[in-house]
Amino acid sequence: MSTAAIELKGITKRFGSVVANKNISLSVQNGEILSLLGENGSGKTTLMNMISGIYHPDEGQIFINGQEAVIASPHDAYDYKIGMIHQHFKLVDVFSAAENIVLGMNDGKKFNMNDVYARVSQICEKYGFEIDAHKKIYQMSVSEKQTVEIIKVLYRGADILILDEPTAVLTPQETQTLFKVLRRMRDDGKAIIIITHKLHEVLSISDRVSVLRRGEYVGTLRTADTNEIELTEMMVGKKISLNIERSEPHDIKDRLVVSNIQCNSREGVRLLDNVSFVARSGEILGIAGIAGSGQRELLEAIAGLQHIDSGSIIYNNPKTGVQDNLRDKTPIQIRDLGVRLSFVPEDRLGMGLVGNMDIVDNMMLRSYRHGKGIFLKRAEPKALADKIISDLQVVTPGTSTPVRRLSGGNVQKVLVGREIAAAPTVLMAAYPVRGLDINSSYTIYNLLNEQKEHGVAVIFVGEDLDVLIELCDRIMVIGGGRVTGIVDARNTTKEEIGLLMTKTDGGQTNE
Amino acid sequence: MNEKIKHTEPLIRISKRDDLVWWKSWLVRVIAVVLALVLCSVIIILITGYNPIQVYLAMIRGSFGTNRKLWIMLQNLAMLLCISLAVTPAFKMRFWNIGAEGQVLVGGLATAAVMFYAKDSLPPFIMIITMLAASLAAGIIWAMIPAFFKAKWNTNETLFTLMMNYVATQLVSFFIMIWVPSGSSVMGIINQDSQAGWLPEIFGQKYLLNILIVAAVTIAMFIYLKYSKQGYEISVVGESENTAKYIGINVKKVILRTMGLSGAICGLAGFLLVSGTNHTITTTTAGGMGFTAIMVSWLGKFNAVIMVLTSFIIVFLQRGAGEIATKFNLNQSVADILTGIILFFIIGCEFFVNYKINFRTGHKEGK
Repeated sequence: MSTAAIELKGITKRFGSVVANKNISLSVQNGEILSLLGENGSGKTTLMNMISGIYHPDEGQIFINGQEAVIASPHDAYDYKIGMIHQHFKLVDVFSAAENIVLGMNDGKKFNMNDVYARVSQICEKYGFEIDAHKKIYQMSVSEKQTVEIIKVLYRGADILILDEPTAVLTPQETQTLFKVLRRMRDDGKAIIIITHKLHEVLSISDRVSVLRRGEYVGTLRTADTNEIELTEMMVGKKISLNIERSEPHDIKDRLVVSNIQCNSREGVRLLDNVSFVARSGEILGIAGIAGSGQRELLEAIAGLQHIDSGSIIYNNPKTGVQDNLRDKTPIQIRDLGVRLSFVPEDRLGMGLVGNMDIVDNMMLRSYRHGKGIFLKRAEPKALADKIISDLQVVTPGTSTPVRRLSGGNVQKVLVGREIAAAPTVLMAAYPVRGLDINSSYTIYNLLNEQKEHGVAVIFVGEDLDVLIELCDRIMVIGGGRVTGIVDARNTTKEEIGLLMTKTDGGQTNE
Repeated sequence: MNEKIKHTEPLIRISKRDDLVWWKSWLVRVIAVVLALVLCSVIIILITGYNPIQVYLAMIRGSFGTNRKLWIMLQNLAMLLCISLAVTPAFKMRFWNIGAEGQVLVGGLATAAVMFYAKDSLPPFIMIITMLAASLAAGIIWAMIPAFFKAKWNTNETLFTLMMNYVATQLVSFFIMIWVPSGSSVMGIINQDSQAGWLPEIFGQKYLLNILIVAAVTIAMFIYLKYSKQGYEISVVGESENTAKYIGINVKKVILRTMGLSGAICGLAGFLLVSGTNHTITTTTAGGMGFTAIMVSWLGKFNAVIMVLTSFIIVFLQRGAGEIATKFNLNQSVADILTGIILFFIIGCEFFVNYKINFRTGHKEGK
């Protein structure tokens, strides 16, 4: 066996009493793509951060081309020809692609921007990238920014590339393009590590796959010799069924009728453009789209958190039969109308919950105003906290633990539990399973399905198209703040949705 | 691989640690104080040649030496604590009110104005109520101005409140000039003979009423922040404005209300300083306590009860420093150096409570 491009031996990393990586050993050859598979919180990113010099291992050794290496900073990593493409891009918005690519480099020679352009286009040609090196970052789409990040590390001569969840922000079509480029780089002799938790991507791109579970190394398999079921078992540690039980909707009524709403940001940028749709009781309406296409603004507009310039949001009250326009109402006014609207926002700890407060105080966020008097009553929220902990199996030392100390899945259970406890008639959830492990994700899907069966109008903003297609009844696709299509989830394909996601002209409904 | 590349592991790495058990974190703090005293001893011997034990005993005598010193210490403690309590709700809301100095000063000015103009024309009880109302109103207005601008246009409250301090100082100078026609710009004791508007002595103790009032405010503030709906809203707005909006808290209203409260307590402090302590006003009536209060509040982690302890430490050090400066005929700067060292260690040891230092361990082999 030839010398590995990079080899890890017995790597251990602790954060306080938490062991993020425990005695992990793995290797990647030149001309090979290795998938690093594991659930969120299994230690994938921590491990890669040690290779790229952001963290330092507590124990263990790293070998580069057979030589022991000490990587104490990202700069050292570049010296070892290691380049990492992070999940969150690290680019300067007002600089051009080429300027970002050379930023921070100093080889002591005279600096000439024309040479930079020449070398960038050389790299692009070699691997099949398509990018305008003069374009500013803020004018770029997410996939273009990612391309800049990849060129940036190649420009610095990286032979070992690490990509942290590169497909999380891409459409299916863009993912295919990325994979094509990655294969070319592999054929050119680069060693590539790709972090992911999407199984079908693992199977389509990698040569071998290493699995981590709760910070521990489970094993490495040749991709050709394995399948989704086996990998899931390795990842989760037990057999689980990956089926969402979708019931037929019944007793459908129009609950929320959104007509022609327009929203502009303070700077005058159009956020939502003529958005119209209907959310029905007893149905899950999925919302698909590239991240940042207006999903957040749409939900916040309904919740009374986003100023609406024109249009209307009519709520049909199932108890009284009264129709109310929610436009220009504050969250309190909406609640005072008797609208039972629950909202699980995308930013859980920054919006839905207060990270430094304990579970009881977080339960109180919705209910603290209840009752007379100037003092808080903690008995009811305490009872609710206990109920949610036992019903949803929240793993926590107790109700007085600050929620930021809980794992992502448990944080989400607390938030979703609180929002469902309000017995909503409309439930909006933005990316409710982002960062959750498989078991927690399915808990959340089941909760949403349960709500649907109780006659709640559920609006689910998701990023995994496979899940959207399996879970929802209808899927609305938005792009650039516009509705580009509403499709029947039972009769659609990922490709159809992918095309709608990138469509820029206004859309028609083909239900 | 390029043979020239030779990187070594960094000598020191810092990592966050989980909560220490309570006695270990207190052990760290005690060790910090001991180390501070050891370092101070070295400095005392080097600079002055005195016996450090003698110096420390003198420091303790500065606060506890005589009955009178004890009362002065308690009075100083009460005033510092009162202002610290005032800034705490604002800080808890992440509103950096560094204008307590000015808010105290205008509160004191309002009290002095009532005393100066009303003289002994009002019955004592009405007089005190009027002074109290005037000083609270002045403090509230002074605090609400930056709060209003913050809520309405999101101006920077740090700069704004700081600037308001200078305006308050000038305002006091201005009124002293009007009230003291001789041009000496020293106000002198107001109502020296009639003692109109002076807070009464109780049980023969001049400062006891001040201290009791502040004790009441301390308990009230502790309960307000921890158990009231408004206190809860303050925490939510401070932790995350987005969460506050999401659950329908009117953030602007909370900012205005909380700063109003902050200003009112500062006004109260001004009232106690003028009516209950000095019976006069100068531009230094607040004496920098508006800034020291910030430290007390932070060190006390915004907990009203712990703040009693932190303001005691500060006042104890100040009193002790003054004592050794006079007793040993030292320059005041030496005393300041010593209190500086002790405070540095007390604040600095929090780092070791929260973080762990890892030294290079040499070659590490995995299994």
